[in-house]
Amino acid sequence: MAQTILHKAETRGHANHGWLSSYQSFSFASYYNPDRMQFGALRVLNDDTVDAGQGFGKHPHDNMEIISIPLEGDLEHKDSMNNVAVIKNGDIQAMSAGTGIYHSEYNNDRDSQVKFLQIWIYPNKKNVEPRYDQLSLNLEDRHNKLQQVLSPNADDAGVWIHQDAWFHLGKFDKGIETAYTIKKQGNGVYAFILSGQVEINEQVLNTRDALGIWDTDQFKITTVTDAEFLLIDVPMKY
Amino acid sequence: MNQIQILVIGRHPEILQTVVRLVNNNPDWNATGCITDEEAINAFNKQPFALVLLGGGIEKESEDELCAHFKAANSGTKIVQHYGGGSGLLSAEIFAALG
Repeated sequence: MAQTILHKAETRGHANHGWLSSYQSFSFASYYNPDRMQFGALRVLNDDTVDAGQGFGKHPHDNMEIISIPLEGDLEHKDSMNNVAVIKNGDIQAMSAGTGIYHSEYNNDRDSQVKFLQIWIYPNKKNVEPRYDQLSLNLEDRHNKLQQVLSPNADDAGVWIHQDAWFHLGKFDKGIETAYTIKKQGNGVYAFILSGQVEINEQVLNTRDALGIWDTDQFKITTVTDAEFLLIDVPMKY
Repeated sequence: MNQIQILVIGRHPEILQTVVRLVNNNPDWNATGCITDEEAINAFNKQPFALVLLGGGIEKESEDELCAHFKAANSGTKIVQHYGGGSGLLSAEIFAALG
């Protein structure tokens, strides 16, 4: 029997730093809730809005897989591996922090905010060589179907990370039903609704709600309205 | 006020320095940073630490030896990984470990 956990949008942590508004699905910074530390290997899901001309200064990470998915605007990335890149809506960025890296992320636009998802996954290997990857995705490939945007395999669709995790994005019209098969035994899925209304396992979810589902092989997704969503398929034990 | 003593071990000097600074941003915590196993063991033997944070780059063999030493010397010491990450993740991991 499937196990589920519902995280309504309004139950997330929130930090307003003036230049940054961050809604946090799991404990992060001053938001500490022992009941909301992670979903399996998924440790961080921050829904961030960065003001024009602002950003995250140079800061370190280690032994974490860090994925950024821009939703609006352009975000400039610089890191200690000498990567300089701009990611925009339709792109996905993955970084393996491994033995340790520094990076910064800035919104260089003087007029527009940047909205992006910042996702951290515990790796399945420690102290790997730091690496960076980004990819531009074809937005049409997620219309009324699930588009794989991340996997553990370098030769599979999307970017890859050091964990048995798969991400899919979907942009579905109202009234479409699809099924998702969990990729690996022991994995669960954290379904995060980007917009619209979606029903999963008889649970109606609204914009920015999330449902974690595990101990099942497959579940149904039905769009109640036009909707966009992200499925994060991760090991529950890692 | 008694500060909670935290030993931070990491191989990357710049990251170690940043993590120590971030830990010390909390007035209730006091961090000591060490790069080598020898430094860490010496520091641990000199004063009690409530928590040890293990950073990136520590080889498995070193980690096992350090953990065994710390647990033998003080079974109450909590040992957790930290992941850098500015002020965000680090604090939550410390709060969780300290209960």
